[in-house]
Amino acid sequence: MSTPDSTTTVIGTLPLKREARCPFDPPPAGLNAQQEHALARVELWDGSTPWLVTRYAEQRTLLSDPRISSDIRNPGYPSPAPRGEGGRSPLSFILMDDPEHARLRRMVTAPFMIKRIEAMRPGVQKIVDDMLDEMLAGPKPVDLVEAFALPVPSLVICELLGVPYSDHDFFQANSKIFVKRGVSAEDRGAAMGALMGYLHGLLTLKLEQPGEDVFTDLARRVDAGDLTADDAAQMGVLLLIAGHETTANMIALGTLALLEHPEQLAHLRDSGDPAFVSSAVEELLRYLTITHDGRKRVATEDIEIAGETIKAGDGVIIATDLGNRDPLAFPEPASLDLERDARHHVAFGFGVHQCLGQPLARMELQVAYSTLFRRVPTLALATTIDQVPFKHDGAVYGVYELPVTW
Amino acid sequence: MKITLDQDKCVASGQCVTAADSVFDQRDEDGIAVLLDAEPSPEREAEVRQAAAVCPVLAIRIQS
Repeated sequence: MSTPDSTTTVIGTLPLKREARCPFDPPPAGLNAQQEHALARVELWDGSTPWLVTRYAEQRTLLSDPRISSDIRNPGYPSPAPRGEGGRSPLSFILMDDPEHARLRRMVTAPFMIKRIEAMRPGVQKIVDDMLDEMLAGPKPVDLVEAFALPVPSLVICELLGVPYSDHDFFQANSKIFVKRGVSAEDRGAAMGALMGYLHGLLTLKLEQPGEDVFTDLARRVDAGDLTADDAAQMGVLLLIAGHETTANMIALGTLALLEHPEQLAHLRDSGDPAFVSSAVEELLRYLTITHDGRKRVATEDIEIAGETIKAGDGVIIATDLGNRDPLAFPEPASLDLERDARHHVAFGFGVHQCLGQPLARMELQVAYSTLFRRVPTLALATTIDQVPFKHDGAVYGVYELPVTW
Repeated sequence: MKITLDQDKCVASGQCVTAADSVFDQRDEDGIAVLLDAEPSPEREAEVRQAAAVCPVLAIRIQS
């Protein structure tokens, strides 16, 4: 790894700290570095100093560059935490490069096609309405995370994948461990073991009792010899975790952001226009960028960019939360503006690893926000924003709880 | 306006379909994009450019 020079100062240790009074904004140190240059350096827990890519254009360029690897086994990969024992990473193809990445990913892309996701919309609408019926019939104030934000995506992903909802508590408990920082390698390993064991069992079950779901499809591929049972179980873990926590955090944090911007909330609530709802969701994705820990990569060859040389073996962290606040790509980036065209944001990443579940996430968010504010027009925070517990320690940003009333 | 689509690059994000559904579709087996209309009419230009801009792997090329 090369030594930092004068133009690439180490700006701090990851995770950089957000300003307490600005819980929706990226850390000030990152924003300051972005003003200075497209590239900076950050320090990791192990003392290494990978590049931090701060600007939108350079982020897209690097994320679509085949000389940038996602393979965690490559020397120099910027590991966010000490790694446990064992060879292959549990998170399947997101930590691999092509062609193996593409081979595995293409096995699970069909269920996320736009037309198949659109076909799920009425079912998601029903889940959202049912959860709100239950919430409105119960006591208030209520924690919106527990009552709405978490159960909606859990129900949806379990249905898509073919996981019985009765096993949902088990998944939630185990999947939370993977998205939290500061969890020991032992606890991580134990949770992964429990999930893998369950999924191996489920794959066997799906061969005997097939359904119209992703796990039935994976089970058939294992049976046909296209995929090992371990690879299938790992893909299952990846899809479950990705489907559970990200959308849940986005629903709760987006609701809070809108409650803090009442005029924009009113516009969204009163608009019956699906195109406006869709564009509002894109802006919330941009503004909040809940995957705030950066996309981690390592260079496999020297790369010249923004007047610097990223050397082969250098770790690279692509701070998409900063890219989505880059004034060169989004005028007045610190303003939440549901009217803007934010469709080119990088909240789902960019390049071959861009989020597989994005069509599902978008549809769920469109249904969740528009239905929540239409059915609960007087929704209000039941505490003050400084009392809301934010997930500063999470790999995915959000709130641990959100007390609301109406 | 002439469009080319590189299906080997495509990662099935479906964003081209969201941007321009009269020009792009996805094949049923794996969601990889297919070109419905390689020479769309000029009034489609804005949405086709949007599709090319949001494609995460830059698989869509436009020759005007």
